Amino acid sequence: MVLFDVPGKLNMTGQIRFVLDGEVRELRGVAPTMTVLQWLRDDARRCGTKEGCAEGDCGACTVAIGERRGVDDMRYRAVNSCILFMPMLDGKELVTVESLKHEGRLHPVQRAMVECHGSQCGFCTPGFVMSLFTLYHSGKEPQRETVDDVLAGNLCRCTGYRPIIEAAQRMREYGAKDQFHRRAAATARQLAAIERRDTLALEKDGQRYFAPANLEEFTACFEQYPEAALVGGATDIGLWVTKRHQRPETQIYTGDIAELRRLKIGDDCIEIGGAASLGDVFDALLAEFADFGEILRRFGSVQVRNVATLGGNIANASPIGDIAPLLLALDAALLLRRNRETRLLPIDEFFLAYRKTALRNSEFIDAIRIPRARSGLKFRAYKISKRFDQDISAVCGAFALQLDGSRIAEIRMGFGGMAAVPKRAANAEAALIGEAWNEASARAAMRAIERDFEPMTDMRASAPYRLKLARNLLLKFFLETSNQPGATRVIRRDMAA
Amino acid sequence: MTVPRTSGSEDMLRAVRRPVPHDSAEKHVSGEAIYIDDIPEPRALLHAYIRSSDIAHGRIKKLDLAPTRAQPGVAAALAAADLPTGHNDIGPGFAGDPVFAEQIVEYAGQSVFAVAAETREQARAAAMQAVVEYEELPAILTIEEALAQDAQVLPTVTLMRGDADKSIAKAPRRISGRLAIGGQDHFYLEGQIAMAVPGEDGDMLVYSSTQHPSEIQHHVAHILGLDANGVTVETRRMGGGFGGKETQGALFAVVAALLAQKTGRPVKLRPDRDDDMILTGKRHDFIADYVVGFDEEGRIHGVDFMLASRCGMSPDLSGPVNDRAIFHADNAYFLPHVRIVSHRSKTHTVSNTAFRGFGGPQGMMVIEYAIDEIARTLGIDPLTVRKRNLYGKRDRNVTPYTMKVEDNILAKIIGELERTSEYWQRRKAITAWNATSPFLKRGLALTPVKFGIAFTATHFNQAGALLLVYTDGSLKLNHGGTEMGQGLNTKVAQIVADEFGLDFEDVKITPTTTGKVPNTSATAASSGTDLNGRASLIAARTIKERLIKFAAAHFHVAPGKIVFANREVSIGGEKMAFVELVNLAYKARVSLSATGYFATPKVAYDPTTMRGRPFLYFAYGAAASEVLVDTLTGEYKVERVDLLHDVGKSINPAIDMGQIEGGFIQGMGWLTSEELYWDAKGRLQTHAPSTYKIPACSDLPRQFNARIADWSRNREDVVYRSKAVGEPPLMLAISVFHAIKDAIAAVGQYQISPQLDAPATPERVLNAIDALRLRLGDHLPAREAAE
Repeated sequence: MVLFDVPGKLNMTGQIRFVLDGEVRELRGVAPTMTVLQWLRDDARRCGTKEGCAEGDCGACTVAIGERRGVDDMRYRAVNSCILFMPMLDGKELVTVESLKHEGRLHPVQRAMVECHGSQCGFCTPGFVMSLFTLYHSGKEPQRETVDDVLAGNLCRCTGYRPIIEAAQRMREYGAKDQFHRRAAATARQLAAIERRDTLALEKDGQRYFAPANLEEFTACFEQYPEAALVGGATDIGLWVTKRHQRPETQIYTGDIAELRRLKIGDDCIEIGGAASLGDVFDALLAEFADFGEILRRFGSVQVRNVATLGGNIANASPIGDIAPLLLALDAALLLRRNRETRLLPIDEFFLAYRKTALRNSEFIDAIRIPRARSGLKFRAYKISKRFDQDISAVCGAFALQLDGSRIAEIRMGFGGMAAVPKRAANAEAALIGEAWNEASARAAMRAIERDFEPMTDMRASAPYRLKLARNLLLKFFLETSNQPGATRVIRRDMAA
Repeated sequence: MTVPRTSGSEDMLRAVRRPVPHDSAEKHVSGEAIYIDDIPEPRALLHAYIRSSDIAHGRIKKLDLAPTRAQPGVAAALAAADLPTGHNDIGPGFAGDPVFAEQIVEYAGQSVFAVAAETREQARAAAMQAVVEYEELPAILTIEEALAQDAQVLPTVTLMRGDADKSIAKAPRRISGRLAIGGQDHFYLEGQIAMAVPGEDGDMLVYSSTQHPSEIQHHVAHILGLDANGVTVETRRMGGGFGGKETQGALFAVVAALLAQKTGRPVKLRPDRDDDMILTGKRHDFIADYVVGFDEEGRIHGVDFMLASRCGMSPDLSGPVNDRAIFHADNAYFLPHVRIVSHRSKTHTVSNTAFRGFGGPQGMMVIEYAIDEIARTLGIDPLTVRKRNLYGKRDRNVTPYTMKVEDNILAKIIGELERTSEYWQRRKAITAWNATSPFLKRGLALTPVKFGIAFTATHFNQAGALLLVYTDGSLKLNHGGTEMGQGLNTKVAQIVADEFGLDFEDVKITPTTTGKVPNTSATAASSGTDLNGRASLIAARTIKERLIKFAAAHFHVAPGKIVFANREVSIGGEKMAFVELVNLAYKARVSLSATGYFATPKVAYDPTTMRGRPFLYFAYGAAASEVLVDTLTGEYKVERVDLLHDVGKSINPAIDMGQIEGGFIQGMGWLTSEELYWDAKGRLQTHAPSTYKIPACSDLPRQFNARIADWSRNREDVVYRSKAVGEPPLMLAISVFHAIKDAIAAVGQYQISPQLDAPATPERVLNAIDALRLRLGDHLPAREAAE
């Protein structure tokens, strides 16, 4: 049934396998862009999972994905099923709101939601239940901040969230273990049994989908289909399908390639594989740069970060992506690869024009290398948006400063939302190099920054406001790195010492 | 007909007054609650798509659907010319909302034609193949442009009392200014949806996510050329409404029904989120000019308000929405001399509609803003000025529309909240803290709410119910209200259960359908329980009286000795199960079904003079909010909220609290992060949650102390002495807006009053701060900006 050539060892069956309610489901002939939500509602007639926005922003479609942790344990992560493609379920367990009742009784999460009056219209509720289910299984203490983060990707228009937060904090009172705990080892064995060691290849209605299992097969595949869309979490490509009604002809999924999901903390740099999810790297980056962690915490939502990749956020070259400004400030480099050839490119040479990058044919981001925080490095990052959580930046500004005595040895400022590409503030940086770090020099740089950018006006912010923010964020950076009195942040989490 | 009093004493209540969970809660959490898109799809179902205008104003030069009809899977495509009856208007009350545009399109998003195909994707793709050409016409896109061109959907309304000009001129002090208040998208989580299923005789069954099944029935019948008895509209539940499904569901229901009639096949129409937000109306944005005369104490002598709202391209509900804005421009304050001029501006944007509060919030914003300005002008704490202007108990108690405020409990509510929120201690602490914090500033505000309960259109204040008692003792109830999450069915079931001394679980409420209770009003104006609860109680009372009459005769016991309690009936001291009595009554051929009907007493007003009693009573509340503002970026966090709200004597405190908390957060969204943005061509740019930001979980203040004023009792004879709760709490969030304004004022050491429009996005907040700094002329970033 596969009508095209692909190199390497292929899973020629075109069949995907996943576990649902304790049973292995085998599906053939699935369209590569069929979303999990469509399958659930239209094919499986499991209508508990809802469509609220079809863009991964409201969380009504949240389901949990179970993955094997070791040989006999499971971990569960929330994802938005409205922009997750069916083939991405291959080898995983799918848990939906219908899976939770056990022997006719509500799950502790469900019971807590009822007792705490956590539902009104009920339409967002299954999504909240599933996000809370992953919190229940994470073992994390349901502190308010934790709950806020876990639920940042679930919108409720009725309750105002208070009773849902209460349910999160009380759910374990209704049972500390559930049927998923009890059958974790069995599920892990089921997943081990369906684990694929070769490339999954699907074709339907002129659409192709490959899921290579290793780097070698991936590069071969990408050589053959240089026009292919590389897809990690589909948090961007999913929207091509649901919003722009486009169908990528060929997709190559990167989520199964362990090499591309590496995280290496070396002496000089942190190396992150291009297909590592934001969730995978959160802890390491938070530990190294508190503000990197804070920006990641506010990047999308848990559902998005669980699948969205660092490499994807860079390669799609969005002018308002939140990762690039930080990498520009931190002087990161990209390890680009085409087949066996690699080259190292400083990130500020990567973005050429609006949505245009230095990537060549069949070249991809193998890894991102972020220099370790040197002693004395002062790094801050700020994200300004209408809503703190799960919003897109009006402006994202990141600053890294290295002093040599009282003089500025190095300073880098990366901005998103200020130009057609993520961009450094060259004039402002130049105004500061070699200067003392004081209010006068900061103010001179604030004037210089106006020559760096000509931002646009859109629904997120006006051009004058964006420019004002760029100036004021620089001032804020000065205030925060020069022992000035007075607090400077309205939300303070994991602040750098 | 006499309205029966609620039976039994408070301590006999079994279901009422208890925090019973929502009757669908277990189904919500398990995914078993069925919304329209979850109904098993009937055989041969088609899916519809509406193609809408992509320009704001223009003449349709060419509309050719032939390419659409030729696409795979297409079963039908309909435009205005194809309508079966020639009727093409679904405006509620006032005309102006065509199903399909005829020659002219008047907003980007206006329905032009519709397609039904085998799949939703096919319908959409086929619709895109039609040839639609426009000749663009000049468009009015803002309220200011509409005012300049005198463009209105309805005539200007003026409410006058006394001599506003003279009182303002003679007053010792005077302020004036302009405030802009943004609109709001409903963002119900379940979007608009309808499914039409044709039956025999050309009848049509329509499942519609609507707050107003009877109006949908009327429109479907009228447009399709059917009698009302041939159209049944059913609504089990909505995934949120908030006013957005009061009239806005009609387009989708009518189009689905038209296509079903045309093809003879069932048709489902579910716009995606973007189309939903682009095609449907929202809360009206307003601009308001105010001139206020007052004295050195801050007491208002006279006000002169000009309110102008963006109604969009048609009247829809703009008349009553703007009337309610007028009726709430006093909020809680006695205004001796008044002129309120209300313009209903026509723009080439979507027709704005009902939204929780229905104009009341915008009216209240104006007076609250003016009071804040008075306080800052005089250097008096805004709360003090608010308290000085409150309606009195014996005098100063008549509203500008001549209704007397008879039940004012605001002094007590504010007094209690001042204490529990520690307003004055915190005021001191915040002022002191601000003096030490150069970049972050705190703000605090306590604002009251007085909200009138009843439909201002008097004839809507009626409701019906149908109660069926089965021989197994179970009860089935239908009423005219719709369930959108507010817990109406739960409260009504509690009421009916208690009338029979039964448990809440003994009463099943079935989907709202026009086939059981006719000619219903929208579930709106917060009145769902007041109306339908009472109508259902009357139905229950009718059956109960029959049972009592029967039992009295059967057992030779005085009717007064027959008591329903604990799922039993005590007949002269002898107890029997409720089901036993029902069986005996059945065998004795006693009717076990009854209708109930209720019309709200007392309300009546003259819409031409805007005088009378538009409301049965008022619901009250107050909130104190504290925010922390970043003066370098305009970002802020609402850190603490204390609120106290009046629900009369609560039927279900948990459900009432849900309305209070949820309403507050929704109001906070309206005034803070929710910004509607149209481009220069009049196209909405914020049409999905990626761009339109309703509050998220972390926006709930860390300290959120919401309380019900449990000592309150409705002095009017409303069911179980409760009060309506759907809308009033939304306006408690005005305290958040004023707390932000207060924090901005701290930048200028409270010497200058900042100017702030709503929503107070970080951008508007920073602009307000910078404008203040410019006026002060002494702060660093401002100095920079001035260079």
